[in-house]
Amino acid sequence: MKRSKDPCGRRRVRIASNLCILPSLLGVLIFFLIPFGIVVYYSMINNPNTKQFVGLSNYIKLFSNNAFLAAAKNTGLFSAVSVPLALVLSLALAVMLERNIPGKSAFRTFFLSPLMVPTASVVLVWQVLFHNHGTINQIIEQFGGHGVDWLKSSHGQIILICMFLWKNLGYNMILFMAALAGIPKDILEVAELEGAGRIYQFFHIKLRYLSPTIVFVLILSMINSFKIFREVYLLTGDYPYDKLYMLQHFMNNTFASLDYQKLSAAAVLFAAVMIVIIAVLLISENIFGKDVEN
Amino acid sequence: MTRLKRRRAGDAVCTVVAILAAFLFLMPTVLTIANSFMTSSEIAANYGAMFSNMTDDKKVFISENVNLKFIPDKVTLDQYKAVLLKSPDYLMKFWNSVILTVPITFFQLLVAVFASYGFARSKGKIKAIIFFAYIILMLMPYQVTLVPNFLVAEFIKSTITNIFYPNGEIPNGLANMRWAIILPGIFSPFSIFLLTKAMKRIPVAYTEAARLDGAGELQILFRIYLPLCRGALVSVAMLVFIDFWNMVEQPLILMKDANYHPLSVFLSQINTGDVGLAFAVGVVYMVPTILMFLYGEDDLVEGITYSGGIKG
Repeated sequence: MKRSKDPCGRRRVRIASNLCILPSLLGVLIFFLIPFGIVVYYSMINNPNTKQFVGLSNYIKLFSNNAFLAAAKNTGLFSAVSVPLALVLSLALAVMLERNIPGKSAFRTFFLSPLMVPTASVVLVWQVLFHNHGTINQIIEQFGGHGVDWLKSSHGQIILICMFLWKNLGYNMILFMAALAGIPKDILEVAELEGAGRIYQFFHIKLRYLSPTIVFVLILSMINSFKIFREVYLLTGDYPYDKLYMLQHFMNNTFASLDYQKLSAAAVLFAAVMIVIIAVLLISENIFGKDVEN
Repeated sequence: MTRLKRRRAGDAVCTVVAILAAFLFLMPTVLTIANSFMTSSEIAANYGAMFSNMTDDKKVFISENVNLKFIPDKVTLDQYKAVLLKSPDYLMKFWNSVILTVPITFFQLLVAVFASYGFARSKGKIKAIIFFAYIILMLMPYQVTLVPNFLVAEFIKSTITNIFYPNGEIPNGLANMRWAIILPGIFSPFSIFLLTKAMKRIPVAYTEAARLDGAGELQILFRIYLPLCRGALVSVAMLVFIDFWNMVEQPLILMKDANYHPLSVFLSQINTGDVGLAFAVGVVYMVPTILMFLYGEDDLVEGITYSGGIKG
């Protein structure tokens, strides 16, 4: 009899779907959101014992900390170079595989494979390649150049970029391939009939349809660029050469010294920066890609 | 006519570039596998220079240069024998990786299947806000989430110790901190994001029809939704697995006892010790993920495609 009041069972569906979300929501609250609130609180008190409110002084202290500044600068520089590179190169790979070349699916497999190779497994090969007397330097010397000790010089970031691209291009390429396949064919055909060349088509039509994917790839690559710490750690350990000292190194060392105030301030600051960057990207995508969305 | 010719030439150039790129992409993996069949003396002869720098006092100089070799002089399984039979340390660390990664992957998927169903099945303002919060959380790097994780772990550990073990002797299961990595891993929202997007593509007509036939919510989830997003499920499982199989950040911060570190962290310490084994250990470590990739590549590609785009 109850059913007659609620013929479609909407209420039941709503209750069921709320119950389904509940376990996840509880876990997220307990392990992420509530503790993050505590982290924000910790970032504004002087120490966990006296709990005196000190406003932003932990943040100001952070900005006068040389280790933090160096780590932020290195991480920022790495991301600023590697993320756009990852975007352009993965798009190039996707466009390349769109053409009429033999063995397409094999190439897709090859380009995607580094994603599924554990970082730790290939570390030794990177060492062989980038060692002071390693393969890359031998090739450079063959051509009369001078090798550098990659892991112990200011060129170290270059090899980090290589390792990052190697691992991440495949994933981005798949995203671009799907987006390219989703562009309405009729529009391209009309453009072709009107005499638009491939390059014109790419920059004036395809790129606009790709803009949501471009934003997503930018965000994703940025997140992944912070995971480069894994490679750096596996290659050089806790205290790498100055230029390879990443934010995660700073966090690890601050954890070791149990300085929760500094840690909390760094985490909150990092979160804020990320949110601002993501917001800017999403808003600019909204403006740029508005006319192609239906 | 000239246009067609130009296109053909372009295709040829692209093929060459693709072959070169494929070489670069495959080389590190292939090299690791090929070198794992070398004898340890051959490795010492070729790569000895790399490691003699580290221990200056006992220089066993063989060659000034590091020689990159694709094909071993003599193919042998000695490295594998040593890894699998003679050095229990590596197997232990491999087991540490398994016991962290498998529960995280399984339970993260379990939680996510239900939650995504909840998000995809009915809409609402509060749900939209929660989902948005999940996306933001998903986009936070470890450098942000590890601090809250650490605080919770410390809190749980000290609370349980105070209540149940006031004399301070805590059992191994609590002290090894595996749970401190596994629990937040289970609730990490990445798979919810991807699965919800896959489930939202399922036409409403399917569920309406099932309801008319008298199917309950659980039946709809398990009989209709799950079979229809099988590809996305496989893909999420692979992506979650490889992400945690690669973990370095969490164990370094949450686990003080290096005995419980997974192989992904331990492999970095191998350099100084038995170099002869390192390639074989690397290969053993990539076997599970490579197998997954070979079996599930199409599903993986499908799942990655779903993940594109933050909105809708």
